[in-house]
Amino acid sequence: MIKFIARRVFFSIPVLVISSFIVFWGIRETFDPTAKYRTSKDATRLIAEKRKELGLDRPIVVQWWTWATRFVRGDWGVSASTNGKVTAMTSRALGFTVQLIFWGVLISLVVAIAVGVYSAVRQYSVADVALTGLSYLGVAMPPFWFALLAIQFLSVEPKLRWHLDRPIFYFVGLHSTGQSGFNMDYVRHLVLPVLTLTVQTVAVWSRFQRAAMLDVLSADYIRTARAKGLRRRQVIFKHALRNALLPLVSQTAVDAGALFGGLIITESIFSIPGMGRLFIAALLVGDVNVILAWMLVGAVFVILFNLLADVVYGILDPRIRVQ
Amino acid sequence: MADEPLLEVTDLSVEFPTDDGVVHAVDRVSYSLAEGETLGIVGESGSGKSVTSLAILGLLPKRAKVTGSVRFLGRELIGMKDNEMRLLRGRNIAMVFQDALTSLNPVIRVGDQIAEAITAHRVISKHDLSARVIKLLELVGIPNPAERANQYPHEYSGGMRQRALIAMMIANEPDVLIADEPTTALDVTIQAQVLEVLERIKQRTSSAIVLITHDLGVIAGVADRVLVMYAGRQVELGTADDIFYRPRHPYTEGLLASLPRLDRRSGSERLHRIKGQPPSLLALPPGCAFNPRCPHAKHKSCDGPRPELVAIGRRAHLSACLRVDEIYAEAQESS
Repeated sequence: MIKFIARRVFFSIPVLVISSFIVFWGIRETFDPTAKYRTSKDATRLIAEKRKELGLDRPIVVQWWTWATRFVRGDWGVSASTNGKVTAMTSRALGFTVQLIFWGVLISLVVAIAVGVYSAVRQYSVADVALTGLSYLGVAMPPFWFALLAIQFLSVEPKLRWHLDRPIFYFVGLHSTGQSGFNMDYVRHLVLPVLTLTVQTVAVWSRFQRAAMLDVLSADYIRTARAKGLRRRQVIFKHALRNALLPLVSQTAVDAGALFGGLIITESIFSIPGMGRLFIAALLVGDVNVILAWMLVGAVFVILFNLLADVVYGILDPRIRVQ
Repeated sequence: MADEPLLEVTDLSVEFPTDDGVVHAVDRVSYSLAEGETLGIVGESGSGKSVTSLAILGLLPKRAKVTGSVRFLGRELIGMKDNEMRLLRGRNIAMVFQDALTSLNPVIRVGDQIAEAITAHRVISKHDLSARVIKLLELVGIPNPAERANQYPHEYSGGMRQRALIAMMIANEPDVLIADEPTTALDVTIQAQVLEVLERIKQRTSSAIVLITHDLGVIAGVADRVLVMYAGRQVELGTADDIFYRPRHPYTEGLLASLPRLDRRSGSERLHRIKGQPPSLLALPPGCAFNPRCPHAKHKSCDGPRPELVAIGRRAHLSACLRVDEIYAEAQESS
């Protein structure tokens, strides 16, 4: 197993190297860090000086190599716009995003599996049709609109109606000033952004789970399980569910990995300074060190989650267990 | 044979509503099964052999419309509640399915799948349970049963999977064991082994066996009585000797003639086949369903009413051929 993981990690290195170069080159081609000096009095000399200072006069491969060797040593450079250390900025932003994704994915999985299994077992029942309708609504509703509706109807309206001092659910940040740790204040901040994230993922994942479950329920081994005289509950949860979880595992891994790039809209609306906001801010000013750090962290998470999916797959399905 | 039948199927019909119309998968099938008896059910694909058995166990999808009566030791099974039916499945009536690979759960150890069949019906200590599982695997001829019990279906060969499936279904020594094409997916030597296992089970337990197959060769050595089905209907029912040596239906004759035989001088002689295709179950021909393919069907009477099984002579030999008396007149006298 360790060998398998090591191999997978090893093979992902070229992907990271190549993609970081492409991004590096793309940013260098599209943004000019010296653009702000163009209107200066002594523009030509100043720009030439700055270019030399930033190393922009050297070939792109050399520039990239310089960046890459430093990056590997833990020196991720400074942000072009804030002059802050990129390592500090990224880890801070990552902290916020991880919290959102952890709760979002956890709740989404539980709800999606429950809804999917229920819908499949009671296929074409009123509840199934209703849940199908809701999931289409969830998929179709843009997250920013849902977030705004949620703020209006779950936070603003109740506060006004019942003349509360504070809203039931907050919609700015993850803590009130002076608060920290896991407490009621945290939960009241989490509910709306996590709900926004969950509505979309549950909508898709529950469809996935329903389809997988329906597929499995018509399998021959389910008929065998019933022919043995097993209880319905045993047939559904022991025989069907375990097989039906496999497709969702890979879907979750892909989606969760991608989420680390940032929930740009959700983070923006709820003023959470996570990875998505970091990326947007850096992209707007061509902050190459931040964008590269963001990209690599995102890529590492995608790889990590795919690895995790493979491990979970192996646990669920003995046929693909690694020798 | 016991006086009271163990299992009595009367006018069992199964219909599937489809977009193109109603498919009559099984049309008024009746047979009875005595304790310890082996009944062979023969017919082509789509003749309703498997559906009949699934209907008995209540394992058909909900959209299937099942009518008629199935009495097990006097209890009516059709329309029985599922949680009541569950108690009979696996314990009193068990069914071995055709495709052993897809019929075993790929993510559960074989031993656990067998153990489950036991614990579904009785309380048993862990120690006794694993001993019983190993004994069952041994009974069906799986080598190193203790080790094999901990393996997954994909680690088994095709014949072993089929035998594991049989072990699962005989775990509670059922009164009736329905084996649906248990040898179809297997090569000839493994086929023989599986049939041997069935024979052994029959000797060890008093199970009655319903052996479903399209292979008359398989039936010949095992069955006491044989039911021949065509297009969802039964066309002939008799003892194995009756069916093999004194067939009284043109379809049965055709089936027998299409068996390859070593004792026949062949060379240029081609294998006999029944002309034409089985009819669509959506639109059966009027009268006898075999009419369009029957070499004897020149007569108006073949288009007549739907033929029923009728006893021939004094023996318990029944045929659904409308012209049985004419076609087999000479044979009748000599037999």
